[in-house]
Amino acid sequence: MNAAVAVALRVRVDPVACEAYGYCAELLPERVTLDEWGYPVVDGTPVGADLVDLARRAAAECPRRALLVEAVARTR
Amino acid sequence: MTTTTLPRVERLLPSGPGGLTDPGLSGHLALHGPLTVPPRHDQAWSEALLAEVAAAGLTGRGGGGFPAAAKWEALRRAGRRPVVVVNAMEGEPASAKDRALLAWSPHLVLDGAELVAALSGARSVVVCVADDRDPSARAVRLAAAERSAAGAIREVTVRRPPARYVTGEESALVHWLADGDARPVLRVDKSVPLRLGRRPVLIHNAETLAQVALIARHGAAWFRNAGVPDAPGSTLVTVSGAVHTPGVVEVGLGTPVDEVVGRCGPTGPMAGYLVGGYGGAWLPPGMGSTPLAPGPLARVGATLGVGIVVALPAGSCGIAETARIARWMAGESAGQCGPCVYGLPGIAGDLELLAAGRADPGAIGRIDERSRSVVGRGACRHPDGVARMVRSALDVFAADAAAHGAGRPCAGRHAPSVLAFPAPPALVGEAS
Repeated sequence: MNAAVAVALRVRVDPVACEAYGYCAELLPERVTLDEWGYPVVDGTPVGADLVDLARRAAAECPRRALLVEAVARTR
Repeated sequence: MTTTTLPRVERLLPSGPGGLTDPGLSGHLALHGPLTVPPRHDQAWSEALLAEVAAAGLTGRGGGGFPAAAKWEALRRAGRRPVVVVNAMEGEPASAKDRALLAWSPHLVLDGAELVAALSGARSVVVCVADDRDPSARAVRLAAAERSAAGAIREVTVRRPPARYVTGEESALVHWLADGDARPVLRVDKSVPLRLGRRPVLIHNAETLAQVALIARHGAAWFRNAGVPDAPGSTLVTVSGAVHTPGVVEVGLGTPVDEVVGRCGPTGPMAGYLVGGYGGAWLPPGMGSTPLAPGPLARVGATLGVGIVVALPAGSCGIAETARIARWMAGESAGQCGPCVYGLPGIAGDLELLAAGRADPGAIGRIDERSRSVVGRGACRHPDGVARMVRSALDVFAADAAAHGAGRPCAGRHAPSVLAFPAPPALVGEAS
């Protein structure tokens, strides 16, 4: 049912790869904050069109490639 | 003292005239009846078994509680012949059910593995027993040799992963089988089966497979004669703590917690029950009537886990016991994910100071905050379990926590711990 399914993007952290560089929180504060040890806490709400470029850039800039921008099926 | 009102269930661990002993293959077949497993793929047989197990409503007994039949359905889409992995790691220190099963009914577990192998087209079965559990490994090897001599065609091998809490987590176990690295792996999509090389892995807890062996023989309706409609069947529960006869009991799912403890002879009034395991949850004594089943336990913030009840006697300090568990669990982290590496020792440290009456005024708030913050942020659910257990302690032992936080520790922290640990952690001030 492709008509009923739209694709949304959200960011996610690979906690095994993450080493708390913290760039993601600098580059995408709309979705990422840091905990008391500097590890990212991600807000899993969909990344809207206004944030897509920022999210992709944050993912690309992570030295550990630990920020994932993933597509999730979203039913309308 | 609670009286037992439900009929006793003796399915997985039937006690013969000589008590609980491994009856060997011939004794096993005499006890449970013969088992038919097609030598090669048989579509109709596979469909029938799958339908029977689905109708039985069997859920995984390894802590996840996922419907067994749904796991097989997911695997069908994976294509290649799978490898069947039997998870008998039992990394929970308060659990003894897998050991009990392998000691007394190893053939029931191997029956289940063989059935699942035949159903899924697998040609080999790998049984994982921790490297500190030699008697279990011997029992499996002996049983497998008996079966092979009797004509079993599927290869059964025993592997001995390191005895660590997280090694039993399925992605860690498969990681170790594949690469010798027993650390969990981030799974982006959990509906995609784990793989060993190019083969998908079908992994089940030992008890789940023993239940499959019984369903294949006696059918779904028989299975549902025990348990409750929402949680059918029996399950093994390891009861320890303030009871006269600690050990593994078989009960119908839905049996109230205090009735399960009643089977083992409670020594007196209780301060609480730890249900599910070290990543489970505390229940106050007043909630002892909670049915031991996934739904009712979830509604009170607990979990069935791998079927564990630890009875904490009145006079013990629930905060001190929680601190011991948190400290041990922190040490059992695989050390990969920041929130687990820093969060769990932080939580444990505050709990230790709290139990000793030496915590700063912000400690309880910090424990609560951190035990919310770590949830869902590891590759596996290790921190989530610790967080659940700790939050339940702050709730169930709230009055104690407040008193200890105000600088008034209780004598209960010096009471002997009811908890089992492979290497007991020391509490702050405990040695003195």
